Amino acid sequence: MFKLLQQKADGIRQETLKLHLLCPETRIASSLSCIEILTVLYYGKIVKFDSKNIFAEDRDRFIISKGHGSIGMYPILADLGFFDKNELQKIGKEGSFLGGIPDPIIPGYETINGSLGNGLGVACGLALALKQKKLTSKVFVLVGDGELNEGSIWEAVMFASHHKLDNLILIIDNNKASMLDFCRNIINLEPLEEKFKVFNWEVFRVEGHNCQKLYKLFVKVKNSHDDKSKVIIADTIKGKGVPRLENDPLSHIKTLKKDEVELLLKGSE
Amino acid sequence: MIGSQTKTMRDVFLEQIYRIMKRNKKIFFLSADFGAPTLDSIRKDYPDRFINVGIAEQNLINVSTGLALEGFTVYAYGIASFLTMRAFEQIRINLAMLSQIRQVNVNLIGVGGGMSYVVSGPTHHCLEDLSIIRTLPNILLFSPSDWVLAEQFANYTINNKGPKYIRFEGKPVVQIYDEKQKIDFTKGFNQLFRGEKICIVSNGYMTHRALEVRDTLASENIKVGVIDVFLLKPLNEKLLYERLKQYKYIITIEEAFLGKGGLDSLISDILTKNKSSIVLNKMGIGDSYTFNIGNREYLHKINNLDGIFIAKKIKKLLSKI
Repeated sequence: MFKLLQQKADGIRQETLKLHLLCPETRIASSLSCIEILTVLYYGKIVKFDSKNIFAEDRDRFIISKGHGSIGMYPILADLGFFDKNELQKIGKEGSFLGGIPDPIIPGYETINGSLGNGLGVACGLALALKQKKLTSKVFVLVGDGELNEGSIWEAVMFASHHKLDNLILIIDNNKASMLDFCRNIINLEPLEEKFKVFNWEVFRVEGHNCQKLYKLFVKVKNSHDDKSKVIIADTIKGKGVPRLENDPLSHIKTLKKDEVELLLKGSE
Repeated sequence: MIGSQTKTMRDVFLEQIYRIMKRNKKIFFLSADFGAPTLDSIRKDYPDRFINVGIAEQNLINVSTGLALEGFTVYAYGIASFLTMRAFEQIRINLAMLSQIRQVNVNLIGVGGGMSYVVSGPTHHCLEDLSIIRTLPNILLFSPSDWVLAEQFANYTINNKGPKYIRFEGKPVVQIYDEKQKIDFTKGFNQLFRGEKICIVSNGYMTHRALEVRDTLASENIKVGVIDVFLLKPLNEKLLYERLKQYKYIITIEEAFLGKGGLDSLISDILTKNKSSIVLNKMGIGDSYTFNIGNREYLHKINNLDGIFIAKKIKKLLSKI
């Protein structure tokens, strides 16, 4: 099963690279770091969804706060039937709903994701509403580590623990870089685990490109009931799978060329 | 017969929300650590639906959005200047933008529009909110002049499902409207008095100023019209122009910066669209903040918004005809 998930992730990574060629404005490095996370959430049946009834009351809510860095969601949503696969070829073109930064006009996206630092607060509202409605659904949120610089994130972190939102699961795509540099050179986030611990969250850390470890942790976290909001720090590599981007502090704003992607796709065959 | 009860519009509105919350369980009331006597009853009687998010306006809007996406009607309560300006981006993306795609019934209740917080100074004076909120698509902008409007608007917030900004005067004001008459919120304005050549157009607290000036001049046999605009958006502009075109001069008075997109700009746009020859005089706060301390009258006086100044201005205009 884990081998299948890893293969699936590889396939999604390739699809994402192809989409980047069709729409070079997409943030490829940031999108490549969370491919395994998204793959395991959806193909590992961690996030409960119904692509034929996208607002089903008993679904899990998934807020992708780092919207620009989630182009990998496009092939996943198309593959799972949220929209027609032919839509993928129209990315960035006139009349398409798939742009450089996803908006909730895309079936499967719940909220506006283009402005960083707001997804967690909205997720707190969703988590609170689900409790009030006595629904057992979970609220997943994906943020980038650079996004943690936003003050609104910490307003929400305090809110979640105060209100014991144990149905809230925050996943940090800890790819160590934001737009202009490595995070450690801008605002050092470490020690990150301790930060969340002192805010009274339950903290987990995992290798973010290992599907087996991700899956096992997601299952554990989803079934944990202890009155605490959960955070999973997934250590990832920005630009994962593209040697030129990995470990480049400026990878965020880099675009890839056609022959470069073709070589990568060939190499992975 | 219109009564003459003086009440705080915020309190009357909250009392009404309290009553609605009793029968409607799909309502949350959120506050950014800001209170009111009536709020104590909401907090006490509906503890699972009242949340004080703390001094955190950005999170106030974000949490409200999440609740609204799940079908709850949400009231987000705070001091007008902080609610609209600290959290402007959250209002922009999660209320204005998102509500174009999904239903988001979040009602922002901003207390202290204009110079309500008289001696608290320019951080608390709220002179930009009308302009900046009006730039946002999909948000309704309600600026009542009395508690009757506020009271009747409470039910409207349940049935009208989009996001709204409610700008309340903080101090008690005397009633203008008849509480027994149903307000037509689709119209957005009301001509309180019909004048001859000149009409004052105002909103919120300044409608009381307009009425004061109207009374002063009536005693000198000068008939000045008064139009109270309580919904700056959406507004039946066509119908409003039908009223405006009965006059030669229009004066807008507002506790907001002059010519920056508030009420004056709204009226100016309507006149321009209709290629009107009506002369528009804009009165409001000039391009600077007011650090001076004093009562509301004093603050208005130094900003040329006091009754005597406005009455003089009108007489000067009329002498030119």
